[in-house]
Amino acid sequence: MKNALGLILGLLFGLILVKAEVLSWFRIQEMFAFQSFHMYGIIGSAVGVGALSVFLIRRMKVKSLEGNVITLQDKAPRYKSAYLGGTLFGLGWAMTGACPGPMYALVGSGTTVMLLAVLAGVLGVYVYAALRDKLPH
Amino acid sequence: MNTFVEWVSQPWPWYVAGPIIGLMVPLHLILLNRTFGVSSSFRHMCAAVVPSKLEFLNYDWKKEGWNLLFVVGILGGAWLAATVFSSDAPIALSDAAVARMNAFGLEDLSGQHPQELFSWDALAGWRTWLFILGGGFLVGFGTRYAGGCTSGHAIMGLSHFQMPSFVAVLGFFTGGLLMSWLILPLLLS
Repeated sequence: MKNALGLILGLLFGLILVKAEVLSWFRIQEMFAFQSFHMYGIIGSAVGVGALSVFLIRRMKVKSLEGNVITLQDKAPRYKSAYLGGTLFGLGWAMTGACPGPMYALVGSGTTVMLLAVLAGVLGVYVYAALRDKLPH
Repeated sequence: MNTFVEWVSQPWPWYVAGPIIGLMVPLHLILLNRTFGVSSSFRHMCAAVVPSKLEFLNYDWKKEGWNLLFVVGILGGAWLAATVFSSDAPIALSDAAVARMNAFGLEDLSGQHPQELFSWDALAGWRTWLFILGGGFLVGFGTRYAGGCTSGHAIMGLSHFQMPSFVAVLGFFTGGLLMSWLILPLLLS
């Protein structure tokens, strides 16, 4: 059930990423050069709807399908890793023109060469896992 | 039916796409009892495929199988967008962005990305290796180090006012601006 629902949400998300051009390298460059409102509008309105949803879910003590009252855990307060890791991710985002969702959407919409970016990303996770104890968090 | 297909096929404006992406937050919480985040899938794939004694990769990734099916869904949804709901409309970049791309020597702006950089044929050039493999590596490494990506930190994290997510987003833009303004012009010159 959970897998089927995950699949359906993914279908919707993949469709949006292509139709709203979020997977476009050009759009990402345009965003980082502050030359269009498009990407800021998407991320900003997504956060607005997300924040309102979280507020309502908490206020109304909404339950999940599994029957429990939904609670949100705070992110671990690791600020060095958030900033340093975020910066490394930002470099990669501006190079590939794709964060993880759009990377998959590029593969699905026919830019199959981006499979190599996904593989490189998995390798990146492995190297992080190996170096984790030595990195500042 | 045809009008529906035509309607979906048009490029979606930000004020339609953004709020639907935002709905991923409550849909994940309510339907899946999980938080929204895409980059964890890299970790699950790594844990599933690479045999390792590393602590970070030793966990029951099968419990997060829904996340991998979410990825399969993205592939399928993107495929639908490129076939059933395809559109010939070029990306409506701003004039300033077009001028900047042309200044980088990128003339063909008809696709989603520069064909001379992002295609199998382009692997003949070193830039493509760097952009795809180097960039992909940084995305995988950076998201795990930061603990999330655009979805997990920027959308999910900011939606419940997480300070680490705010710091991570500052990092995303530090890296992105550095690449876009300083490194990219050098790489494309």
